[in-house]
Amino acid sequence: MPLVDTIKEAERLMTICNACRYCEGFCAVFPAMERRKTFGEGDLTYLANLCHGCQGCYYACQYAPPHEFEVNVPQTLATLRAETYADFVWPGFLGALFRKNGVVVSLGMALGLGFLLLLLFGMQDMSIIFGSHTGEGAFYRVIPYAAMVWPFGLVFAFAVFSMIMGGVSYWRSTAVPSGVRLSIGAILGGVWDVLTLKNLGGAGGGCNYPDESFSGMRRLFHHFTFYGFMLCFAATSVATIYDHWFGWIAPYSFTSLPVLLGTVGGIGLLIGPAGLMKLKIDADPAPRARELVGMDVAFLMLLFLVSFTGLALMVLRETSAMGTLLAVHLGFVLALFATLPYGKMVHGVYRFLALVQDAAEQKSHH
Amino acid sequence: MADLTQNYDVLVIGAGNAALCAAITARLEGARVLVLEAAPSHSRGGNSRHTRNIRYAHNEATDYVTGPYPVGEYIEDLMRVTAGKTNETLAGMVLEQSEQVVDWMQDQGVRFQKPLSGTIGLGRTNAFFFGGGKAMMNSYYARAENLGVEILYEAEVTGLTLNDGRFAYAQVLHGGQMHDVSARSLVVASGGFEANIEWLKEAWGEGAENFLIRGTPFNKGALLRVLLDHGAQPVSEADQCHAVPIDARSPKFDGGIATRVDCVIYSIMVNKHAKRFYDEGEDIWPKRYAIWGRLVGQQPDQIAYAVIDSKIPGLFMPTVFPAFEANTIPELAEKLELDADALEKTVTDYNAIVEPGDFDPTRLDGCHTKGASPEKTNWAQKIDTPPFYGYPLRPGITFTYLGVEVDEKARVLFGRERKPASNIYAAGEVMAGNILGQGYVGGLGLLIGNVFGRIAGQEAARRATS
Repeated sequence: MPLVDTIKEAERLMTICNACRYCEGFCAVFPAMERRKTFGEGDLTYLANLCHGCQGCYYACQYAPPHEFEVNVPQTLATLRAETYADFVWPGFLGALFRKNGVVVSLGMALGLGFLLLLLFGMQDMSIIFGSHTGEGAFYRVIPYAAMVWPFGLVFAFAVFSMIMGGVSYWRSTAVPSGVRLSIGAILGGVWDVLTLKNLGGAGGGCNYPDESFSGMRRLFHHFTFYGFMLCFAATSVATIYDHWFGWIAPYSFTSLPVLLGTVGGIGLLIGPAGLMKLKIDADPAPRARELVGMDVAFLMLLFLVSFTGLALMVLRETSAMGTLLAVHLGFVLALFATLPYGKMVHGVYRFLALVQDAAEQKSHH
Repeated sequence: MADLTQNYDVLVIGAGNAALCAAITARLEGARVLVLEAAPSHSRGGNSRHTRNIRYAHNEATDYVTGPYPVGEYIEDLMRVTAGKTNETLAGMVLEQSEQVVDWMQDQGVRFQKPLSGTIGLGRTNAFFFGGGKAMMNSYYARAENLGVEILYEAEVTGLTLNDGRFAYAQVLHGGQMHDVSARSLVVASGGFEANIEWLKEAWGEGAENFLIRGTPFNKGALLRVLLDHGAQPVSEADQCHAVPIDARSPKFDGGIATRVDCVIYSIMVNKHAKRFYDEGEDIWPKRYAIWGRLVGQQPDQIAYAVIDSKIPGLFMPTVFPAFEANTIPELAEKLELDADALEKTVTDYNAIVEPGDFDPTRLDGCHTKGASPEKTNWAQKIDTPPFYGYPLRPGITFTYLGVEVDEKARVLFGRERKPASNIYAAGEVMAGNILGQGYVGGLGLLIGNVFGRIAGQEAARRATS
């Protein structure tokens, strides 16, 4: 359960906002609010996860603190959002992992790294670790194929399953209004909103982040991060197909599809998280929820390190550093996979579902 | 950094819509400009930050309006509401210049609301600001700062020194000290006096103590008083103001838009003696919105109560405070602190004379009472379906009309002979009474502020730099 205080505060704010409605142009939250007259916990969970934290409504608010109404929508919805992450986590007893998420993810990184280094240095001969390996199967000579595929495959599968379970309990909790029907169109609408981040668009000026002036930088850096991640994911998928169906064994040449996808994606995954981090450092703390900072920073760091070590591995793969770099890179990847359902990544799941619900509500409302 | 010892070209007093339009324009003319804002930065922007849209003439639908609103129609609307209490020359000038206003505002970085899919429609006559008035003001401030306009917050002007009718310097309280701030020209754009309860009492009597002020607590009319004391010619009257019924539980100041209660036309309105006092169904709500502030202000203790039953919620905008709710009328009366017998009698008597009819909230439906005093001429339905709801309402003052007379160059006119000041200009609410002597047209106040702000800024800059 989210804390009663946060729910009450969110309900109080939505009641004020619904009597004002000046912000209805900023994003999907306010039109969704206007479709309601009262705000139960399910409605508020939905609105909190629909909020992209663009902060436009904070700087435009005539009731922002120190006004006695003390309206700070982005902050309250972010706090509520963080509480819902802990609520819907699977298995449920791991909700506590969201309380000190920065620490949790950092520990995950240390454990992932430690595990791989231990695996490498405990089981491999030094001459192999620090030798140069080239040609087909070079990576697997350092860390055997099975040692790579099984732990990673299992952890990743668990993460995906866990996030699906989280998504299911989220969807059940938000109490989609009767008469709203889920459709292919609504799902496509949600996908489109994710791909374009139109809710960070403002009136063409972007969002009020990191400060009061309008800026498209956050949307841009999130695009770098998202599409970078997707390209890296595509690189891995293509490589898997090469390996399984064609019997082509990694490493692949610099001009091969997996390496090209991974390189472009990896660069995106450096620029995006670094940019988002810079904005976060500059950001005005007033409209933000302090509880979320650790989670955000840890996830950005992890993405950046995964990408950085991956690119370093690619560049140095024919040198004696390859063995160590491979272990370090895989350590970060393992940490990423393991913490996916217990860190910032879940925002993608709930945000997407909220956008699908929003698209469905819009269609039914017409 | 603002330097109070410097002799600026243009001193702008006030920092709302009109003031910033003046400051930006003067700066674009090449003047060195200082803006003095009495409020701290978080509350900057006067009443403009509570606004939402601007009414402007246009010959066709655009991204921001649904259809044409020609100058001629605008003038007719103004003539009707003011009943001729307007300076036709100035009014015509403002309405004609209104055609360029949206373009100019966009050039300064103000964003407008495009139509949204879903629930939200645009208006035909008014363009809506993206994010409302505070967002508009933020854009103006960003623009002014980029241009090099200097803005000093928590700087309260307490007096003006004039030499032979010429502005010489202003007395400014800032940082606990008095400063004499001189400039070659002065633009007064410091709003009306609605936050000055003592002044309101002069016009309205002791009852003004119970008025709520929807806007900034900083509009105390200090500069208006100073100008009038120096012999500036007054325009409109002190008891002319825009007042709407708002929830009695609202903040004393700065409650803004959210405190309004829009159920009056579907309700019966009773005073503290639980008696009805005016035809609630006289006309559709926007048209009658503004008379009800005044009507409530004339009731004993300046309070009234809207009473509805469970058929009504959903027909009007959600309210910021929940309604008082009860399953019987006497119980509701108790919660509203009204005499239970009296309210029950009022409701029973009213229910007895409601004529049958087809209730239609979207138009003047003709559902009426027969034999009541006063009658309810539209949307009269029996109040008979529990739960019953009640809202306590008080007058919420939006702005005042008393101002100083100006000419078409925004120069303040002094004395009976109406001599234009050589370097004193006025813009915004402090002179809006020249055009809006009474009545109300939504979105006109901002237009007057914009057009006269720009005229004042230009004239003041030219005067200073010539």
